[in-house]
Amino acid sequence: MSIEPVLFYIFSAVLVFAAVMVIAVRNPVFAALFLVLAFFNSAALWLLLEAEFLALVLVLVYVGAVMVLFLFVVMMLDINLTPLREGFIKYMPVGLVVAVIMLLEIAVVVGPENFGLDQVAPPPRHGADYNNTAELGSVLYTVYAYPFEIAAVILLVAIVAAISLTLRRRPQTKYQNPAEQVLVRREDRVRLVKMEAEKAGSAEGAEGD
Amino acid sequence: METLLAVWEAIPETWQNLLWIIVKILAIAVPIMLAVAYLTLAERKVIGYIQVRIGPNRVGPRGLLQPIADGLKLALKEIIIPTRANRFLFLMAPLLALAPALAAWAVVPFDDGMVLADISAGLLYVLALTSLSVYGIIIAGWASNSKYAFLGAMRSAAQMVAYEIAMGFALVGVLMAAGSLNLGEIVRAQEGSLLHWFWLPLLPLFFVYFISGVAETNRAPFDVAEGESEIVAGFHVEYSGMSFALFFLAEYANMILISALTAVMFLGGWLSPFQGIPGLEDLFAWVPGIVWLLLKMSVFLFLFLWFRATFPRYRYDQIMRLGWKVFIPITIVWLLVIGVAIMAHLGPWFD
Repeated sequence: MSIEPVLFYIFSAVLVFAAVMVIAVRNPVFAALFLVLAFFNSAALWLLLEAEFLALVLVLVYVGAVMVLFLFVVMMLDINLTPLREGFIKYMPVGLVVAVIMLLEIAVVVGPENFGLDQVAPPPRHGADYNNTAELGSVLYTVYAYPFEIAAVILLVAIVAAISLTLRRRPQTKYQNPAEQVLVRREDRVRLVKMEAEKAGSAEGAEGD
Repeated sequence: METLLAVWEAIPETWQNLLWIIVKILAIAVPIMLAVAYLTLAERKVIGYIQVRIGPNRVGPRGLLQPIADGLKLALKEIIIPTRANRFLFLMAPLLALAPALAAWAVVPFDDGMVLADISAGLLYVLALTSLSVYGIIIAGWASNSKYAFLGAMRSAAQMVAYEIAMGFALVGVLMAAGSLNLGEIVRAQEGSLLHWFWLPLLPLFFVYFISGVAETNRAPFDVAEGESEIVAGFHVEYSGMSFALFFLAEYANMILISALTAVMFLGGWLSPFQGIPGLEDLFAWVPGIVWLLLKMSVFLFLFLWFRATFPRYRYDQIMRLGWKVFIPITIVWLLVIGVAIMAHLGPWFD
């Protein structure tokens, strides 16, 4: 028996478990760490699909950067969890209705009748020299060059907007100007004074210290 | 011998492959662990001589057994778990710090074809794994239930994210110059002579990468995560015994890894520095490539120790300014320069 199905079921089982734990655990830090585990396992599943570029970028971007910042914020929060849980029973009927509708919609879209080998042919197996990164790049920068660049510009606008929304200069805060600090010369700060020794022998005494 | 061969033949082929890979992993990991042990001794000796001291010289001849005595001492010490600390995460954090530092070695080529996993996206793999090492520090800081440890973890998280971007951009430059993500291909693209190595066309990226590497490993002068004069020992203040030793192993293993990667990407990896010089090339042709790689790595490791003995610690806002406002713009500008050089087929690197 090939080892691939075994790996697939291991990674999927851990992924589903971690995804459930993200919403089930009480501690937000644990929830964030379970999300990291979920990302990791989906990256492993993508590796099994011969999509190594996507897998590695998922780890690099989401696990390595986004979740670090997430943890950074979550760890700083000092939230009291009890008021958050108040009214759980009160809101449960509404929540259940929304959840059931969403579940049904998902079932319609990705139900079993739309999948299976008779609906979607298995993708061709690639040899060891198949390079997923190069394949993606050659399509992304030729066929999809304009959508790619438009997406990049939209992201840039979002960054600028986020910064300008949060940037505020309060008059009472003190901060240094690094450019001025870097340009400081010794002559501006230190003045060497040459003077006669006042008492003979005191210089020798100071040297001994 | 023949019975051994017969036993080997009896194992199914998948298991044979697996066993063979495990043997290779041991062949990489065990020398790294030894190198880590002796790097600690080298650090104390080098800094000692820089500060006109002798350094450790009591255990064994000329102090050569000092790392073993240190390791034994740490192994025998009690592991103290602070009250109300999160036990599982507290013990998990040192492992999370060490594992990526070792796993990244899978794609490092020691010689032509001498690599554990010759994968096409090696550079991305290295970048993804080195970005994981911050988790050990963050989790250690949070799980310790201590203010100083938490401050260290927060500092380190912000610092790592900042310098990872500069590091990633520097690697993009290497990828553009080599035209491949495979580390072996990157070395082969530098073939020719000492001047063909990427340190020359990518000089600013070379500096940015190595300095970011020093920052990523939390070494002086960027060691604010530890900052013993401000926050005692930062993220590992509550750790003792073997769990503390694992953090140390991770830090030094990361130093060796950064040195190896810098050597592979900018100094021609296993290539001989005498390549292309008429008389000397033949004279040194017998030296195996791994020796050149180890020599280049030693240069960078010495730089790590030299930095620590020389520079005072950066102030926190200066670190952030250097990462975001100096390094990232430099790398972006230099990527444009490389793009133009590649389009112009600038020799001898891009023709």
